[in-house]
Amino acid sequence: MDFLLTAIIQGLCFSAIALGIYISMKIFNIPDITTDGSYTLGGVVTAVTLNSHVPVLLTLPIVIVAGGIAGAVTGLIHTKLKINALLAGILVMTALHSVNLIIPGRSNVPLTSEHTLYSLISVTGNPNENTLITLIVFIGILTLLIGYLLKTDFGIAMRATGNSELMVKALGVNTDRMKIIGLAIANALTAVGAYLVTQFDGYADISMGIGVVIIGLGSVIIGEALINWFSITSVWISLASVLFGAMMFRMVLALTLSLGVDANLLSIVTAGFVLLIVGIPRLFMKEA
Amino acid sequence: MIDLASIYKAFNKGRPNEVMALNGIDLQITEGEFVVIVGSNGSGKSTLLNIIAGSIQPSAGAVSLDGKIVNNLADHERSRWIARVFQNPLSGTAPDLSILDNFRLAALRTQKKSLGIGVNSTFIQQVKDRIAILNMGLENKVNQPMGTLSGGQRQALTLLMSVIDDCKILLLDEPTAALDPRSADIVMRTADKLIKDFKLTSILITHNLKDAFTYGNRIIQMGEGKIIHDKDTAAKTALKQTDLFEWFA
Repeated sequence: MDFLLTAIIQGLCFSAIALGIYISMKIFNIPDITTDGSYTLGGVVTAVTLNSHVPVLLTLPIVIVAGGIAGAVTGLIHTKLKINALLAGILVMTALHSVNLIIPGRSNVPLTSEHTLYSLISVTGNPNENTLITLIVFIGILTLLIGYLLKTDFGIAMRATGNSELMVKALGVNTDRMKIIGLAIANALTAVGAYLVTQFDGYADISMGIGVVIIGLGSVIIGEALINWFSITSVWISLASVLFGAMMFRMVLALTLSLGVDANLLSIVTAGFVLLIVGIPRLFMKEA
Repeated sequence: MIDLASIYKAFNKGRPNEVMALNGIDLQITEGEFVVIVGSNGSGKSTLLNIIAGSIQPSAGAVSLDGKIVNNLADHERSRWIARVFQNPLSGTAPDLSILDNFRLAALRTQKKSLGIGVNSTFIQQVKDRIAILNMGLENKVNQPMGTLSGGQRQALTLLMSVIDDCKILLLDEPTAALDPRSADIVMRTADKLIKDFKLTSILITHNLKDAFTYGNRIIQMGEGKIIHDKDTAAKTALKQTDLFEWFA
């Protein structure tokens, strides 16, 4: 049962990333690869700041700003220099690799601070259950904030930008600005995911971001399958589906590992799993 | 209201495939005028409309709206005066957003999109009342995604959306070109009614000479980037439909 609890905790941590990818991929229709870099950035910033005895709750806005800047740079390159979003993301991700080495000065930072987000409140004696409760509250608040944002007038303009750019421009929206803000929010969320994971794992590592974009993507795709299946139009249920997708994804990975699959094969399993959920509906539709 | 002074527009300037899309256009459109523009393909009609809207910048010449030179304003900044309906019924609306959200965005065309929730019961009722004018039964489907409606319905809603916020100029770029005759008729009648009710200054581009004859109080024919014919209200009333056909002979 312990691996199940860990999977749920990891799923909750990755929910933040899934929400970020949902915003860049589904709302803005931009494939954003910056994610891998901004995730590691969020991790090293969390570790370095906490190790310098900055309070846990003050570290959060610092992480959000760091991730937001990374996303905004991708957005600026994409909109102002008219460079393909995929390439803009790869450029920033590559540049971030150096930043992520320079900030801590080495490739691996163990968390020396005893105070983490998960030691803030203690409801039960079991640390894992405590972590679970903290995360549920944290992700709950995060989802409410994003949901509210998407329901506002600004949020409607955001959703329309990725949907019908010509119309949105004619309705007085600066779509370049929208995309920059959108990518900033998406990468800030990714960095928050790293903030959660780093404190759970107890370290940040230069290679922690490899393949994160695929995990986020997989979660969103599972969520999207639900959205399409039940023709969901509500913003709230769409967000819930994405969260469910993130949990499912982690669960399947945990299950694979518990079956005794070599941990080195995890990346292949991840890629294969995403291919499976993307591919199966296509194959079905061909037959129908 | 709209003042174009010696507008030139060249595409691919300096290359072998250079095209002069507009060749010295001088055009004044006064408030409340409903101008119909006809002309063969490549005559510069759409370029002219895009230059007024700000989607394309002229190579030379000045564009003024309401007495103010707007050359430096981008299309989203000119939306303060201008509402547009595109040829493709899918361009004017966001398919995955509900009818209500589409109208909310349109209602904020000239305003800031703030971090408040604007879709409240007052707004919903206002949208329902407006949509009821169309007699399409859409007023009970405001939560449906736009993408589930037909092209004609979407184009009619786009027209309504353009007048839900303060609007002075309405640009219609072949709004019925992609529609079946019945939907096209509904859309044109709706446009004509809204233009009259809201006293809009409007420009309609069309290839349908019957529509060009029926609607509007001024007609312009363009050819090779220039204005060939320009008939004001009196001259347009005197014009016979057969005269229009002869313009293209």
